[in-house]
Amino acid sequence: MVMGEFVQETELLVIGSGPGGYAAAFRAADLGLEVTMVDTAERPGGACLFRGCIPSKTLLHLSELLHDARRAGPMGITFGEPTIDLAAVRSWKSRVIDRLAGGLVSLCRQRGVQVIRGHAEFASSTQVRLHDAEVSGIKFGHCILATGSRPIPLPGASAVKGGRVMTSTGALGLAEVPASLLVVGGGYVGLELGSVYASLGSRVVLVELGDRLLPGTDPDLVEPLQRRLTGLFAALHFNTRVTAIEEAETAVTATLESVGESRRQRFERVLVAIGRQPNSRRLGLENTRVKLDAHGFVVVDAQQRTDDPRIFAIGDVVGGAMLAHKAIHEGKTAAEVVAGRPAAFDARAIPAVVYTDPQIAWCGLSEEAARREGREVRIARFPWKFSGRALTMDAPEGLTKILIDPQSGRILGVGMVGRSAEALIAEGVLAVEMGALAQDLALTVHAHPTLSETIEEADALFLGSATHILSPGPKG
Amino acid sequence: MGRSFKLPDLGEGIHEGEVLAVLVAVGDAVREGDPILEVETDKAAVEIPSPVDGTVTEIRVKPGDLVRVGEVLMTFETDTATAAADAPAAADREAPAPRPAPETTEADKKPKRPPVPASPATRRLARELGVDLSAVTATGPEGLVTAEDVRTAAAQSEAPEPDAALEAAAALRPPQSTPLPDFDRWGTTERLPLRAVRRATARQMALAWSQIPHVHTQDWVDLTELEALRRKHREAVAARGGRLTLTVFALKAAAAALKRHPDFNASLDVEAGEIIRKHYFHIGVAVDTDDGLIVPVVRDVDRKSLRELAVELAELVDRTRRRKITREALEGATFTITNVGPLGGGHFSAIINAPQVAIVGMGAARMQPVVLPADGPAKIVARLMMPLVVCVDHRVLDGADAIRFMQTVKSILQDPEELLLAMT
Repeated sequence: MVMGEFVQETELLVIGSGPGGYAAAFRAADLGLEVTMVDTAERPGGACLFRGCIPSKTLLHLSELLHDARRAGPMGITFGEPTIDLAAVRSWKSRVIDRLAGGLVSLCRQRGVQVIRGHAEFASSTQVRLHDAEVSGIKFGHCILATGSRPIPLPGASAVKGGRVMTSTGALGLAEVPASLLVVGGGYVGLELGSVYASLGSRVVLVELGDRLLPGTDPDLVEPLQRRLTGLFAALHFNTRVTAIEEAETAVTATLESVGESRRQRFERVLVAIGRQPNSRRLGLENTRVKLDAHGFVVVDAQQRTDDPRIFAIGDVVGGAMLAHKAIHEGKTAAEVVAGRPAAFDARAIPAVVYTDPQIAWCGLSEEAARREGREVRIARFPWKFSGRALTMDAPEGLTKILIDPQSGRILGVGMVGRSAEALIAEGVLAVEMGALAQDLALTVHAHPTLSETIEEADALFLGSATHILSPGPKG
Repeated sequence: MGRSFKLPDLGEGIHEGEVLAVLVAVGDAVREGDPILEVETDKAAVEIPSPVDGTVTEIRVKPGDLVRVGEVLMTFETDTATAAADAPAAADREAPAPRPAPETTEADKKPKRPPVPASPATRRLARELGVDLSAVTATGPEGLVTAEDVRTAAAQSEAPEPDAALEAAAALRPPQSTPLPDFDRWGTTERLPLRAVRRATARQMALAWSQIPHVHTQDWVDLTELEALRRKHREAVAARGGRLTLTVFALKAAAAALKRHPDFNASLDVEAGEIIRKHYFHIGVAVDTDDGLIVPVVRDVDRKSLRELAVELAELVDRTRRRKITREALEGATFTITNVGPLGGGHFSAIINAPQVAIVGMGAARMQPVVLPADGPAKIVARLMMPLVVCVDHRVLDGADAIRFMQTVKSILQDPEELLLAMT
């Protein structure tokens, strides 16, 4: 060791201060552990707070306001054309982020979690070296790896670093509202950010390799969104690949290839949203016994243990659903296991939410997964055109569907598309986690008129008698 | 699929046993029900059957080992078909460790069957209590496992918990009254294990002696006429496989006396403050074996003929000496007879076999000078006299009761006609 190096010691080291990392640090501190959290960022919050969920939802809220204002016309209220002050929007977004980041900073302080800025690299199974930090190394009793993920760049695209070819991070920076935007990827990031830019006035063209939006999500949930976006976006190209991107000073030329067809098209900007990859490199993991899978995700067990007994990993870096709420629960699990508790991450339903207009949300078993596994399910669908509340909001395109085990009547999965699906799905998650039966939901009084009623009605439909829709036949 | 086999619950508060014999070797193929071990619990030797069809992969015990309920005795590689059918039962006995090893991961990540329905809080509780959800009997709707179900399952599997087993074992050990000095200071010594029969006797007798206020009475019984009767019929009974011993007559006399003195055929429930009179007459007979004292039970003595009793007792004693007696055959006695006569000896004090309340002891019958008769001119004659002792629990019975009982037994044994009358 070089003279003058300052090595600290800590009971628990958390690398990465995103939602998973800080949730782990906070839980561990609450359980009496002495915790140090390291991140290259100045403040905790991670990609979610600074480059993901929070800024995108801030912008999507504005996008929703714009739509609602426009949709009010046929209902008798007409607003003037909105004026968009981009600098003010950016400032509003920053204020939201600042407030949340400030909250996290003080929560760290109040809980006695030491936060160190720097890049951590494992020197061994018990120690990390810190780069660009005031501390040169940290010895730890246990370590929780929560380094997250980053966007995957477009393969084969020779992008000049002019900023016109963006990842989600660049797009959320909202430098301008380009006249035209190419969105590469029909996943939730492309759809959410594409929607934001389209609402702000960009001519958005979306390219998807597969034959529909949100591949892997049940088609009946995607269909209303796809119809809406067909109007909002200038074009949706399926079965299409972007084979080349040339960035010039004022525009980007993209080569779009589909079956037997190749064309070059100019866009002011391009958003590449084709997925995320784990931040598992340049961490010195080769100096530990931690194992990675073929895609670079850290291999862990249900206790979030890696193959190195002192090192745990949680969140995007371990793969699975790359969602902040999954990371938070995995982080808490890891902290509890480190503290000696018999915890395990055994969630049966992790909700997924796409914050488009309309929103899509699902949890538990999906129709696609049931088909893939050859599992027999009964499906009850309640279309929102029969919901009074949906009609008052002019949201008749929504759908609530419940996947039910035919033998036991137990709820296995819930999916919905429509306004406020982000909030409605919580009831479905609870039902799946509690092992609730369709009867449980059907016999629970839901306020009328609300969108939540659609859950009760879908279950009643399965049981043979819904109120606001004629059932196929009584079932008891 | 591998499966470890633990000493199952043997019932009746039996928590441990001594391995007498291992009947299989590593690599042996066994069928379900084949005997694999012989274990001595208390005073009975029990054959433990194989729980599965499979192959023995590991044996963790050897003869002489003391094993506790829940302890892994051996492991099997099971035939897959049986294993699948057997899985719930196996899981039932094997609560997973509270901190699952990494092998649980694969099961967690790739569930082959749908997960057991249970709320997140119930699942956490199961982890904390080390309960395997798939082994829990669900009482919720459509197979939902409730928190209560998990607690019940945890309580049921508590016996094999190391601490509980140790405590139970400690309770079964004979109390150590005084600290032992270093005996080697005065010469050489050797230490021998307290084997199962000895240990059970030590515990049971210490308990009886320390808790029961014993009252002893003793007398002589004139067996001259009975002995003549015995000799007369001995051969005929032997021809039918029986041994017409004095004990057989004593059994019959005791049953008759118990009927006349029902509080001798009883137990004391201290907690309830009640005396439990039993309406059946199962009499234990103390048998001296190579391993120590064992007391098999002759059932319904009152309803059996002398000839039947002679056959049954002979068979029971032989089985006991060969250690082929079942646990069941050692249970349920309402009274005990101990006949030390064949070994010699006069009057002695017997210890009551709790929770019984009395015991009768017989010494060696000898020809003795006796003054006869009580009425008329006294003369000294030679009679076959047997020392008889009756010991009673003074909490239930008094010395006077003991004397009255003694007189009843004595009168029956002294007068074969009385015996015949008593048999009806």
